[in-house]
Amino acid sequence: MSEALATVSRLGPVGMITLKGDLASAALSKAVSDLAGCALPGALAVTEGRDAAVAWMAPDEVLVVLAHDAARDGVGRLAGALAAEHALVANVSEARSVFEIKGDVRAVLAKLTPADVSEATFSPGSFRRTRLAQVPVAFWMRDAETVHLICFRSVDVYVSDLLRNAAAQRA
Amino acid sequence: MSQRLPTGGRLIDRSRQITFQFNEEYLKGHPGDTLASALLANDKMLVGRSFKYHRPRGVVASGAEEPNALVALGKSNRMEPNQRATTTELYDRLYARSQNHWPSLHFDIGWINNLLSRFLPAGFYYKTFMHPRPFWKHVFEPFIRQSAGLGPAPDKPDPDTYEHTYAHVDVLVVGGGVAGLTAALAAGRAGASVMLVEQSAQFGGRAVVDGDEIDGQAAGIWVKNALQELDNMPSVRVLDRTMGAGVYDHGYALAYERLTDHAPDLEAPRHRLWRVRAKRVVMASGAYERPLSFGGNDIPGVMLASAVRDYVVNYGVSPGPSTLIVTNNDSAYRTALTLLDASLDVAAVIDARETASSPLIEQVKSRGVRVDFGKAIAKAKGVNRVHSAAICAQTGDGTVLEDIPCDAIAMSGGWSPVVHLWSHCGGKLNWDEAGAFFRPDPDRPPLDQNGEGFVVPAGAAGGDLGLGVALAGAHGAGKAAASDAGAAGDAGATPEAETPAEAPLKPVWVMPENAKIKLRQKMWLDYQNDVKVSDVQLAAQEGFQSVEHTKRYTTLGMATDQGKLSNINGLAILSSALSEPIPQVGTTTFRPPFTPISMGSIAGEARGDIFQPLRRTPIHDWHAENGAHWEPVGHWRRPYCFQRPGESVEHAVAREVTNTRLKVGLLDASTLGKILVKGSDAGKFLDMMYTNMMSSLKVGRCRYGLMCSENGFLIDDGVVARLSEDTFLCHTTTGGADRIHGHMEEWLQTEWWDWKVFTVNLTEQFAQIAVVGPKARAVLEKLGGMDLSAEALPFMTWADGKIGVFDARVFRISFSGELSYEVAVPAGQGRAFWDALLEVGAGFGIMPYGTEALHIMRAEKGFIMIGDETDGTVIPQDLGLHWAISKKKDDYLGKRAQVRSHMANPDRWQLVGLETTDGTVLEDGAYAVETGVNGNGQTKVQGRVTSTYHSPTLGRGIAMGLVRHGPDRMGEVLSFTRIGGGRQEAKIVSPVFYDSEGEKQNV
Repeated sequence: MSEALATVSRLGPVGMITLKGDLASAALSKAVSDLAGCALPGALAVTEGRDAAVAWMAPDEVLVVLAHDAARDGVGRLAGALAAEHALVANVSEARSVFEIKGDVRAVLAKLTPADVSEATFSPGSFRRTRLAQVPVAFWMRDAETVHLICFRSVDVYVSDLLRNAAAQRA
Repeated sequence: MSQRLPTGGRLIDRSRQITFQFNEEYLKGHPGDTLASALLANDKMLVGRSFKYHRPRGVVASGAEEPNALVALGKSNRMEPNQRATTTELYDRLYARSQNHWPSLHFDIGWINNLLSRFLPAGFYYKTFMHPRPFWKHVFEPFIRQSAGLGPAPDKPDPDTYEHTYAHVDVLVVGGGVAGLTAALAAGRAGASVMLVEQSAQFGGRAVVDGDEIDGQAAGIWVKNALQELDNMPSVRVLDRTMGAGVYDHGYALAYERLTDHAPDLEAPRHRLWRVRAKRVVMASGAYERPLSFGGNDIPGVMLASAVRDYVVNYGVSPGPSTLIVTNNDSAYRTALTLLDASLDVAAVIDARETASSPLIEQVKSRGVRVDFGKAIAKAKGVNRVHSAAICAQTGDGTVLEDIPCDAIAMSGGWSPVVHLWSHCGGKLNWDEAGAFFRPDPDRPPLDQNGEGFVVPAGAAGGDLGLGVALAGAHGAGKAAASDAGAAGDAGATPEAETPAEAPLKPVWVMPENAKIKLRQKMWLDYQNDVKVSDVQLAAQEGFQSVEHTKRYTTLGMATDQGKLSNINGLAILSSALSEPIPQVGTTTFRPPFTPISMGSIAGEARGDIFQPLRRTPIHDWHAENGAHWEPVGHWRRPYCFQRPGESVEHAVAREVTNTRLKVGLLDASTLGKILVKGSDAGKFLDMMYTNMMSSLKVGRCRYGLMCSENGFLIDDGVVARLSEDTFLCHTTTGGADRIHGHMEEWLQTEWWDWKVFTVNLTEQFAQIAVVGPKARAVLEKLGGMDLSAEALPFMTWADGKIGVFDARVFRISFSGELSYEVAVPAGQGRAFWDALLEVGAGFGIMPYGTEALHIMRAEKGFIMIGDETDGTVIPQDLGLHWAISKKKDDYLGKRAQVRSHMANPDRWQLVGLETTDGTVLEDGAYAVETGVNGNGQTKVQGRVTSTYHSPTLGRGIAMGLVRHGPDRMGEVLSFTRIGGGRQEAKIVSPVFYDSEGEKQNV
C-alpha cells in the first residue's frame, strides 16, 4: 500500500454539552463565554478558548466541547446561569465519539462527505454538521492539517473504518 | 481486409508491441491502441453477433456510441460483459471474448433466427406468447429468458476497490474537445473554479483528427498549449478518462472516472464516481455521426465515415485497401482525403444529393476520385464482411445500376449533437431543419433552484458544427458560465478558426427513397437490438404513434448503447410513417448515465465491513463474546438469545425466560430511545404528542404512553418520566428513537414554533440495563448505594443516585411482569456496570436474556409490541388501550381521526388472546377463517394472529390477534390457516396469560 493520505486516531473521552436556547440572548452569550473562555461562534463556525471550544450546531443550538471531567460541572454552571431563560442544557459526552484526522484532511473528507471542504469555503474555524457516507457527523478544522470529527457512539467503529479506508487510498 | 498501415497513427507507440487475447487467440497491438483498433489491425472485422438475429457484426464507430463491438472483458471475478471495444484501451495481457454466439463466433446456431427474421418482426413476442395463458410462466418465459441478454454476468465478487469523491466547483465542463477546452479556458481565466472532464484518454476531439487550424496553429499544437495553460491555473482541475454521466437538479452532476481500466496493475481504486455540485455545467459533448439506412448496412466493414478517419489517423489502421464512401453531406469527403493521404483507394463517393458543390468536394474530385451524385447504395453485399455494394438512384426503388467492389463502406448520414446532459434535467430541444438534427433550445434550458438555466451548450453539442462558430460559441459559453457563477475576470480572446463553406445536407432517412419492403427489412436502425426500418414502420401501422410507445414495442434504443446512433434515424422513420413532422414526433427521454457505469462505482466504499453502518451498544462486545445469536433491529444488532455450547436457539430462549421468571435476568435495553423534552410548554406539548395526559404526571413518576400519527394510527409507545417541573424524558421503541425525535421536531418547527419547548435525543448518552426477576432487588442491593426498597422506589417511579460506584438513574418499570429495574448509567460506564451485575448476580442465578425472551414475557403479560400488534393500520382502540386515551384533553395528535366513522366502526378487529386447543403454536400472521368466499373467490376471514410464541412459563402456545368483535366472543373457538394447508383451532381468551393481577411486578 502506498503512503496514506492521513492518519486517523480516536481521541479519549471528550466532554460535550448540548446547549439549546436563544443565541441572541446576552445571558446565554455570557454563560457560554464564562464557561468556555471564548465567544459564541457565528453560523457554520467554531470558536476555541483555552480549554474549550464552542461549535454552532443550529440557529438555536451550540455544542460546548471541553475536558471530559469538566462536563458535569459545566452542565451545572450553564443550567444555573440560564435558570431564568428558556434553554436546555444536556451532557452528551457519552453519546458521541471524537476522531482526529491529520494530513491531507480535505482529500479524505471529500471522499465521504457532501459538504464542501475546499479551501475556498472550509478553513480553520469552520464547522460543519453533515454526514459521512451513511451516518450523521460534525467536524471542524483546527489547522490546515487537522480536523476533529464527532459521530454518534454506536457507529464509531463504522466511522473509524470509513476514515481509515478513505485515508489509506492514494490515487 | 482491415490492417495496420506501414506508417501513421498519432496515438500508438509503434516501438512497442503488446499481446492480448480475443476468443482465446493471441494477437498483437501497440500501446495507445483501443481494443477495436487492435482488432481491426489484426483483420478481425467480425467481432460479435447481434442480439435477436445473431447477425455478424463488426466495429462501426470509434467511440462511446459503438453499438456492435461489445465484448466480455477480463476473466473470472474480473469479467465484465458489454464493454465497448472502441473505448477499451489496450493493455498487455488484455483478455476479451465476443458475446451472443454459440458454439463459436464464426459458426453460430442462433444465426437461424436471421433466416427466420421475416417471422420475427416487431412485437413478435407480444403477439406470439399470449396463449395459452398458463404457458407463459412455465414454457415461454423460461425460454425467452434463456435467449435474452447480451453477455454473461460475472459469478464471483468483484476484487477491485471503488470510491466516491465530492467536488464543488463554479463550472463543470463536460467534454475535452476544442470546444470544451475553449470554454474551460474562458471560465478559468475569468477566475472561476473549473472541472473539465473528458471521457477518453485524449483531448482535442475531432479537430485534431481532421487537421483543423486554430489561432493559426495546427489543432494538435493548440490543444497541447490549452492543456498547459489550464494546468497552470490552480483553480482548474482537468480529468481524462472521466465521463460526464448525468446532470440532476440543483446543479448536481455525476462524472465517472476510470483510473485503472487501461492499466490494471496500477494501485488505485478502479473507478471513482465524482459527485459534483456545479453552479453551471458547460455541455461540450460534441456530436455523433449518423449511419445511413440502406440494405445490409450492418455487415462488418460498413462503418461511420468519421470512424474510418479516426482509425487511419489515430491508430494507423485501415478498414481495407478500397473504401466506398456514401453520404448525404460534405463531412464524409474528409474521409476520402484522409484515405488518399494514407495511400489507400477510394472506390467512389456515392452522394445522395442531386448535386452539391463546395471546396471540399472539388478537392476530392480534383484528386481523381469518382463522385456520383443522386446515387445511393441499394444493398451492401457480403456475409461476414462486405465485398461490394449495389448502386442505385436515391430517388428510385432500388433498381441496381451497377456493383462496386469494396472492402469497406464509410457512411455519413449527417451529425446529431450529443444533447443528453442538456435533456437529463429537463432542457428542451429545437429541430434544426438545415442540419436535420435536434439542438438545445437556449430559451428553454434546464432550470436550477433559482429558476435560472444552469446548463450551457458549447460547440457541436449546441448545434454549432463549424469550427469557427463552435469556438466562438464555446468561448462565450465558458465566459457566461463563469460570470453566472460570480467570476467576472478577463476571459481572454476568442480562439480564431475558419468555418469552411459546405454544401447543404440532404436529409436521407431511407436509402433509396422508395425502397421496397425486402430492402427495408435489411436496413438496420438499432444494431444492438436488431430493429430495422420495417419494424418501426410496422409499429406505426399497428397504431403505436407515440415515440415512447414505438420505442418499447420495437425495442429501438433500448440496448446498452441507448440508441446513440439509432434514435434520430428511428424517429425520422416514425415521423414519415405517421406523416407528421419530426419535431412533432419528438424524441424519447434521455436518461443518465450517458454510458453505462460500473455497479462498483455506484457502491463506492460501501462494501464489506463498511457496507452499512452497524450500531453497537456499549455492551455489544460482551454479547459477541458470549454466544449472542444476533437479531438486526434497524441498524442495531441485538442479541436474540445467548446460546450456550450445544444449545439450540429454542432451548436458549426457554432457559432465559424461565430463569428470569424464577430468578433474575439481565437485558441490554440501551437501544431504547431516550428523548429529553424541556421547557415551560413541555407538558402541553406532550399532551399533544401522547394520547394520555402527560402534563398531570408528578415529578418522580413514570407513565406508559401511546403516540399516534395525525391519521390516528398508533406509531410508538413507551414510558415517560417527569424529571422536573419543566423536563420530561420520553422513552421510545428502538426503531422509534430517531423517527419520533424527528416527529416531535417537525411539529415544533412547523406548527408550534412559538411553544417554549426544546428536545434533544439522548439515546446514546446512556447504557440502559434492565434487571428483571424476583431477585432483581437483591442483586442491586448487593452492589449497594441508593435505597431501592418498595417504599422508597415504588412501581412506576424513578430516582437518581448511586448503585455501587455507578451514577444511576433507576426506573421502576416492567415490560415482563416481574419485579424490574431499568438502570441508566453513562454509556462509558455501561460495560463495567454490566460486568458488576453479572458478578454480584452470580450467586442469585443471574443470566442475560435476549430480545426473544423479552418478547415472550411481554406476550405472556398481554403487552403490545409496536410492529407486531401494530402495522400502520391499527389504532389504540383496536388494542383495548382505551385506558391510555385521555378523555379530558381537548386534543391530541390523532384524536380527530379516531372519531371518523371507519375508525369508530364496532366491526373493526380487536385485540384478544388466543390459546390453541391442542397446545401447539399458531403461525405468525395466520388468518382466522369464516365460512363462505368473498367477491374474489377467496375464503372470508375474521381475524389474524399478530404475535405468537411457545410460552415456557405456561408450557403451551400463546398468541395475540385481532378478531372481529373479539372481546365479546371470549371462549369461542376459531379456525386458523396454516402455510401448506390444514387448519389449527384456537380459543379466544384474555390477552393477559400471566399474573393478570399484576402482583409480581409490584412488590
